[in-house]
Formats: sequence, C-alpha cells, structure tokens
Amino acid sequence: MGKISGSEAVIKCLLEEGVEIIYGYPGGAIMPVYDELYKYKDKIHHVLTRHEQGATHSAQGFARISGRVGVAIATSGPGATNLITGIADAQIDSTPMVCITGQVASNLLGSDAFQETDIIGISTPVTKWNHQVTRAEEIPEVLSKAFYIAKSGRPGPVLIDITKDAQFETFDFSYKKTNGIRSYNPAPEIEMDMIEKAADLINNAKKPLIVWGQGVILGTAEEELTAIIEKAGIPAAWTILGASAIPTSHPLNVGMLGMHGNYAPNKLTNECDVLIAIGMRFDDRVTGDLNSYAKQAKIIHFEIDPAEINKNVKADIPVLGDAKKSLKSILPLLKNNSHPQWVLKFKALYDIEYNKVIQKEIYPSKQGITMAEVINEINTHTNGDAAIVSDVGQHQMVACRYAKFNQSKSNITSGGLGTMGFALPAAIGAKMACPEREVIAVIGDGGYQMTIQELGTIFQTEVPVKIVVLNNGFLGMVRQWQQLFFDKRYASTELKNPNFIKIAEGYSINSKRVSKRSELSDAIKEMIKSKASHFLEVIVEREDNIFPMIPTGSSVSDIRLS
Amino acid sequence: MKEEIKKYTVSIYTENNIGLLNRISAIFQKRHINIESLNSSMTEIKDVSRWTILVNDTEKSIKKIIGQINKQVEVIKAYYHTDEETIYQESCLFKIKSSLLFDERKIQNIIKESNAIIVTVNAEFFVLEKSGRTKELDELYKKLSSHGIMQFVRSGRIAVTKQPLMISEILSKFKSK
Repeated sequence: MGKISGSEAVIKCLLEEGVEIIYGYPGGAIMPVYDELYKYKDKIHHVLTRHEQGATHSAQGFARISGRVGVAIATSGPGATNLITGIADAQIDSTPMVCITGQVASNLLGSDAFQETDIIGISTPVTKWNHQVTRAEEIPEVLSKAFYIAKSGRPGPVLIDITKDAQFETFDFSYKKTNGIRSYNPAPEIEMDMIEKAADLINNAKKPLIVWGQGVILGTAEEELTAIIEKAGIPAAWTILGASAIPTSHPLNVGMLGMHGNYAPNKLTNECDVLIAIGMRFDDRVTGDLNSYAKQAKIIHFEIDPAEINKNVKADIPVLGDAKKSLKSILPLLKNNSHPQWVLKFKALYDIEYNKVIQKEIYPSKQGITMAEVINEINTHTNGDAAIVSDVGQHQMVACRYAKFNQSKSNITSGGLGTMGFALPAAIGAKMACPEREVIAVIGDGGYQMTIQELGTIFQTEVPVKIVVLNNGFLGMVRQWQQLFFDKRYASTELKNPNFIKIAEGYSINSKRVSKRSELSDAIKEMIKSKASHFLEVIVEREDNIFPMIPTGSSVSDIRLS
Repeated sequence: MKEEIKKYTVSIYTENNIGLLNRISAIFQKRHINIESLNSSMTEIKDVSRWTILVNDTEKSIKKIIGQINKQVEVIKAYYHTDEETIYQESCLFKIKSSLLFDERKIQNIIKESNAIIVTVNAEFFVLEKSGRTKELDELYKKLSSHGIMQFVRSGRIAVTKQPLMISEILSKFKSK
C-alpha cells in the first residue's frame, strides 16, 4: 500500500472503527480532513450541524441511544472551544465520544497564529483523555487508543487535536485496534468475597432497596438487573440517567430518585435496611443532605470506577467491576425471596403522591395545560415505545417522571452537567443512530432557543425528529426557585418569545401550536403519525411548579409534596 | 468532627507524556487545594516517570484525590504517604555575599553546624547548598536571613517509601494479560 496523507488516515481509522456518521463543522485547520470526507462521502456520512456545540450533542445523542461511540469534528480555535460544553456534558454523563479538532501547523504552535487555541489545555479537565498529534504517523495509534479509551470501562469523551501539517504529511498507513493500555485498567477484577458478602447481606435483608444508575445501561446489565430484582423480590428505583433500563411498568420499578423524583423511593431510602446501589454515583441531586442519607442502612455499592467508591457515600460493601459481570456472579447466590410488606409501603406512599400530585398533573382541573398531561398524551400515542430526548429544566423533570419506557436507552437527557440546549441536537443524533425508533425531543422554550439553529440541520438532512416545545414563557425551573426561595423576585426569567411556528416554517418543518386541552391529543397523534420532522408547540400553564421536591440541603425523607 | 489537616506526600508513577502535568494539577485545582511542592523525575523503570507532590490536606480528601489521579489513563499508580512512611529530602541553594563569609565569624559557624556544602566561592558571592528535612532547611534559612541572602531557592520534596511500591509487578501483570 502506498503512502497516504494524515487526513486520509483519519478517515481510514474512522472506517476501521465502524464509524458511519460523524457530526461537525468545517474550517481552515481541518480542511484537509474535510477534503477526504468529500472523497469518502459514500462510506462516511458527515452531518453538517449549525454550530460545533450541536455536533457534540448530536454525537452524544447518537452514543446514548446506540451504545456506540459518537464522533464530532471541528476546526481549531473557536471551532474547538465550541465543543467544550458538549465534551463536559459527555464527561460527567460518561458518554463515549471522540472529538477530532484541527490545529494550526506545528511550526506555528504557541505563536498566537490565526485560530490557534490551546484546546488540549482547555479540554484537559473535561476529557477522559486527550492528545495532540503533530506527525501523520501517530494518527492510527492515537485514534485507535481514542476509541478504546472512549468506550471501555467507564466511558467518556476523548479529544484528538491534529496539526494541519500532520494532516498533509504522507506516510505508510496500517491500523491495529487497541485492546489494552498498560497504565489503564478499564474495569477492576471482580472480587468474589465481596460478591459473597453482598449476597449474604441481601439474603438477610428485611427491607432491601435497589437504586440503579446509568452503569446498568452502559454495562448492558439490564437483563441481569431484572433477574436480580425478580429473584430476590427487591423494589428498585432509578436515577434519571438510569431511567428506562427496566420498563416503567415493571411491578418492582418504584420510580425516580432525587430532587424531583418519586415520593416513595426517596422517603424509603431512609427506611431500608440494605441499600444496593448499582452503577450510580450518589450525585447530590439524588442524595440530598449526605449527613442524613440512608444512615440506618448497610450500603452495597456496585461500581466500575474505583474513584466513586466512598466519594460521597461510604460503602459497607464495595463491589468493584463491570455491572454485567458483577450482577451475573451474584445472581446464583441470591435466595428466591419476596418482601410483600415492604413493597406495600412503596405502594402506599405512591398512592399519597398520586392523590396529592400526580393525578392533578396528569388530569388537571385547571384551565391551562400542564406539562405532565403532554407527556401522558405522548405515552398514550407511542405506547411507551418512543425515545424521549429532554432538555434541562422543569419539562425535563416532568418528562423523566411521567414518560413511560418499554426499552432501555430511551431516556436521553443531560443529567450531570444540566446543559440547556442539549435536546434538539441530541435528538438529531439519536434519530440518525436508530432511524427505526420514534425519537421525540421535549424542550422548554428557554433551552430550545439555545440551539434552535439546529433546525437547519433537520431541514438539510430531513431527519424525521419530532419536537415538542413546552412553552410557559419562563425559564421555569429558575422561576420556581425564585418563587420558593427568593420571594418571587423573577429576575431575568420571563421570556419574550418569537413566533416559533414561523421559525419552524422558515425551515419547512411542519408545525402546530396548541393552547387548548381539547386540541392536544389530536395534535400529538398528528405529530407521531408524521413521517417527516414535526414541530409542536404547546402553550402550558405559566407558573406551574414541579413537585415533589427535596429542597437543596434537605434530607431525602423531607421530600415535599407541595 | 473536624478532620485534621496533615502534610501528605503523593507519589505518582506515570507514562512520560506531554500534558499529564496539566491533567494532574487540574485535579488539585478543581478542589481548591494548593500544591506545596512538585517534582518530576525518571524512575528505576525505563520510560516511567515519577511525580512527587507535597500537599496539606485531610486524609479523607487526599484519598479521593488519589482515586481521581489513579483514574487518569496515563497514570500507572498513585499513592499518598505521611512523613513517617517515607524517607524524604529537600534541597536548597543560598547565594550570599562573599564578604560575609570572611568577615562574619558567625556565618562560618552556621555553615559548619548545618553540614551545608559550599558549592562555589568567588570574589563577589558564594553559594551554599543544603539538603535535608523540611525543618533543617527552615532553620538554616532563619539563621542566614538575618545576615542577608542575595538569592534563595528551594527544591520540591523527593521521597522514597519505606514499603515497596510494586510498580514493576503492576506493569508485568499487564504484559502477561
């Protein structure tokens, strides 16, 4: 094989890794790679987003729904810095992503050349790994490592910065997939004595509670988790990134944890005798006040990342390792069991929550439409088969609380970073990764306008994403906090919104606005039926609040219903 | 219960790569922890570097930091140790006017008592080198400062542990996989 350029090598590496779609935006320092993309356009589909941030979120959406590595590409300088929000989001939410940035030629490094920025320095704290390539011959090994690191162990984002001269330079290309790095141990070995101790504790528990997170989804341990829950008869609750790993309708699925989660699992976290955490990191939005979190319980923590053990909550029994392998090994050690009295407690608290909150939200008696009834209508028309991509804020909490999920990887949202503007581009990536699935972006009127330019990507690619904007004319979550904790001083939270229908029309996206309850069901039905992308704006109650709520610094058991 | 802040020596075995300093120092910076001293060097193993970082911190916090450092792809293994668990040395250089060496009898005594080494002397100045534990260096500085120091510089701490660290074992385990 003759010599090829560094930029052609980049494409060949992507093909070796099975990449078919990448998201990006061209510019000076990455032009050689784009030139190769042009030549390879029938092998790799490049999606031109309207902003580099959109490229990262699309790559994230792609990764989250498919479990594959998402790829984003951008030029140096502003192109690279625009990736940072998405990279930080992927880092905190453990999303496998490889970002490739162009860089000024190596002889110009450090000279403040046009569009030069130290993207390695900038991205270091928010990447799992990053590396600058200055010679073409490094490209195969570095990209092979990038994909290996991004997807192995606890996944995360990797950034590879390639100088322009390295893109032009020619060399003899050969590719070897990475299957190990000596300084990197992706998943610790499972310690059988810990598994045995954990099994013993679970078998003797009277009031066990499982709290699971995204580790179950990333480790494809959904079946194993279900088997454990059913065999040992343990109620199980989820973090928002863990949502959908087990169907919403499963009788032992007791709902959502955390600040706006369900009443029962939060309350009973402080009553269980054994708390079994699986692939979750005890985020402050889940635990509330740590000093009063599950103090009465023995804690078992199944976790792939040793740095998470005892980080926030001390584990009595840490079980390090990949979730699938750990759960597989513990299953045969567990007794067939049930805890009917304990499970009834969840039911009783659910009934309280239903009467005080859920019923009023789903079947409101007031005039204005609530966010929850929109989600409920979506459930009705999709039977829970859709993937819901939510943004950040009140509508996100409502979507996570009320959406029904039948299959895993269906709840795609920005959890740890809380990135407004995530949903629209993420939905584009998700739909492209799984064209056979219904993908519905649920977005607030605030977050929608943060990445609204991605309507252009939808227009150009004709990706049939469904968009629901829940418009209350406010930055609703901040407004809720202003109401509850800042004496209703609504500082800079009221929005004067444009005509969203006209904007959608400008991009030739079918659109509809609904402000009356009587029109809602038909409008959602029409949206679901549409074969093309569709925009639905729902005018919702302006000053609704999300409850239950655990105010910051309060205990999970002090969860408020109003 | 308020936790005791102590001096900890962090030893990190790493691959020798550009950018790793940034990645490791960011872990301290993110938690608002000041690095007292930092040293990077080669080790007993080819192509493996060793960082020695001195910080004041609680044990609870330093444990978490070690977890975060160990998580970095290019870190082979990180440890933290108390002073009692290590043999450590620091080094410093004093540049002092030569006239003082000949005119001030006191200075001659200070040099003798401290076991410091005169590295060079010329008509204008002489350079004194002292290696030792933190306290010894502090004391010498205190004694000399009243006489006037033209320049002073102090190195980061370097330390070896009393217990073996098993780095070669970790690396050979990877090879055998």
